[in-house]
Amino acid sequence: MDLSAINPVLLIASLMVAATPLLLAAIGELVVEKSGVLNLGVEGMMIVGAIAGFAAAVETGSPLLGFVAAAIAGALLSLLFVIMTQVALANQVASGLALTLFGLGLSALMGQKYVGVKPPQMGRIDIPVLSDLPVFGRILFGHDVVLYFGIALTAAVWAVLKYSRVGLILRAVGENHDAAHALGYKVVKIRTLAILFGGACAGLGGAYISLIRVPQWTEGMTAGIGWIALALVVFASWKPWRALLGAYLFGGVTVVQLNLQAAGVAIPVEYLAMSPYLITILVLVILSADKSSAPASLGRSFHASR
Amino acid sequence: MKLTKLLAGAAVALGLAAGGALAQDKTKVGFVYVGPVGDGGWTYEHDQGRLAVEEEFGDKVETVYVENVAEGPDAERVITQMALQGADLIFTTSFGYMDPTINVAKKFPNVKFEHATGYKRAENVSTYSARFYEGRAVQGTIAGHMTESNIVGYIGSYPIPEVIRGINSAYIHAKKVNPDVQFKIVWAFTWFDPAKEADAAKVLIEQGADVILQHTDSTAPQAAAQAAGNVVTFGQASDMAEYAPFPRVSSIIDDWAPYYIARTKAVMDGTWTSVDTWDGIGPGMVGIGEITDAVPAEVKAEALALKDAMASGEYHAFTGPLNKQDGSEFLAEGEIADDGTLAGMNFYVEGIEGSIPE
Repeated sequence: MDLSAINPVLLIASLMVAATPLLLAAIGELVVEKSGVLNLGVEGMMIVGAIAGFAAAVETGSPLLGFVAAAIAGALLSLLFVIMTQVALANQVASGLALTLFGLGLSALMGQKYVGVKPPQMGRIDIPVLSDLPVFGRILFGHDVVLYFGIALTAAVWAVLKYSRVGLILRAVGENHDAAHALGYKVVKIRTLAILFGGACAGLGGAYISLIRVPQWTEGMTAGIGWIALALVVFASWKPWRALLGAYLFGGVTVVQLNLQAAGVAIPVEYLAMSPYLITILVLVILSADKSSAPASLGRSFHASR
Repeated sequence: MKLTKLLAGAAVALGLAAGGALAQDKTKVGFVYVGPVGDGGWTYEHDQGRLAVEEEFGDKVETVYVENVAEGPDAERVITQMALQGADLIFTTSFGYMDPTINVAKKFPNVKFEHATGYKRAENVSTYSARFYEGRAVQGTIAGHMTESNIVGYIGSYPIPEVIRGINSAYIHAKKVNPDVQFKIVWAFTWFDPAKEADAAKVLIEQGADVILQHTDSTAPQAAAQAAGNVVTFGQASDMAEYAPFPRVSSIIDDWAPYYIARTKAVMDGTWTSVDTWDGIGPGMVGIGEITDAVPAEVKAEALALKDAMASGEYHAFTGPLNKQDGSEFLAEGEIADDGTLAGMNFYVEGIEGSIPE
């Protein structure tokens, strides 16, 4: 066993990469749930985003265009969810599950000819002086653009929800859609926009896995990250910064357990492999003890006649 | 009226289809794959073998395959389905299909089964495998020369004898040319999961490994090495030439085609019997992919000499003196490991750190 082989700087840098897909998906879902909609289709939207982004990046040679395509694909798939739950007023839980299953199948079909293909590489940002700083240079200034986008998005969502009028309206719709409707807000329109935003975020998260983290396409490569994101939103008590914390914790334990294994620590591999899930859930359960409750209208269908 | 017409039509169509199938007496060969045929590694090479069978026998043979079959109960379902669909010969191409294959074989005594890399046989179940450890010896030699940090990373799949044999063989030969070499081993517990494999490769690189050996099937570790810039890798199971000449400097290539053709022929001729095949570099079941110019000429020559010595049988990759990890004697001076010991190998040789997961 040789713990000195673990380089803490590289460890933190790579945990941020490991956490980003989860963070993107969780932030999107957080906004959706804040508007009172429960979309269990995160996994499906992520995987479709993963293949759409991968295919677009391979065809155009530009990873950035890949990310744009992934966001569009995720949003398009969530449009299906909009039609089911906002127009046809179908049950949200069932619709979300259907969306995940559909997304997994659709992505496998779309990905047929992309298995084993090498995508174009996405460069790291290289800021002349800052990136060369010891320790902080690599942690703070040595990543790809999308990772920073994820953090910026977290901050933006937090600020909008907390301080802006738009955030207030969104929360009103999520807490009591009848009251919001009585005040003249267009509940269905607001929810539709929130769902599309969530879809785009999930798509981005999926593309981050297939274009940067792995980078390759395989069926089912999101491997349950979408479900973790859903759990993360609940345990983070619908607060953006806690979602960030949870995502980094999850990414951190994922990376640390591999590092421990490579350093030869004598803990059975099975325990190490389950530790990210266990620790993340444990910590967030403790954090959520302050009883911040879910948006009151979460999961309930709205129709103006009722 | 309409419905009955439709049903009648369907019945006629079905009858025709069934009649058609009976009329031409094709030999049906099934393949069960653990990964997708496009994995660029293990499953890809098995599928090349399947295509070779089709090419050899043309319309006298019909092949079917199912990809991405999980090891375990799911495999049993898929193999049963294949047997029910009238397959005459079924190749199950992953270690974890061992018990499912044996179970299904009991129920279909007239169907022939071939299980790759396992050790359980029956009247109608053969086993076949390749001596990948011979290729590992060549890789180990190159790895020992190429590493500058003296740390070689190894991505293991499952702790089964085949994988442990590969680790030992690579280590013995790396150590021979570089006494300071150290192996870091990460177990991925999967044959094919690009995300996990990429993570494992990144961690090994972060911990100083500048050579990565993999016993998993995807090209994700190659991509991770390429991104890192100065890390050497080897193609696994397939050439993975799209990452040549660097990071991929050589590879182990599995060539199943001659075996698949021979076994299909045996079924056609009615001469099929249950056998245990374990071929290496000599008969061509294990190939060494081109050693690129990133490797110094003298290292390349040494690696090729080792390859030739193993092919001709004058050298065996496990030749004493060798000790086990705990220091007890494994092979005396000049002694050669027998196939039984190799097939059940469940220990590291002396010098490798860490323990094998249970």
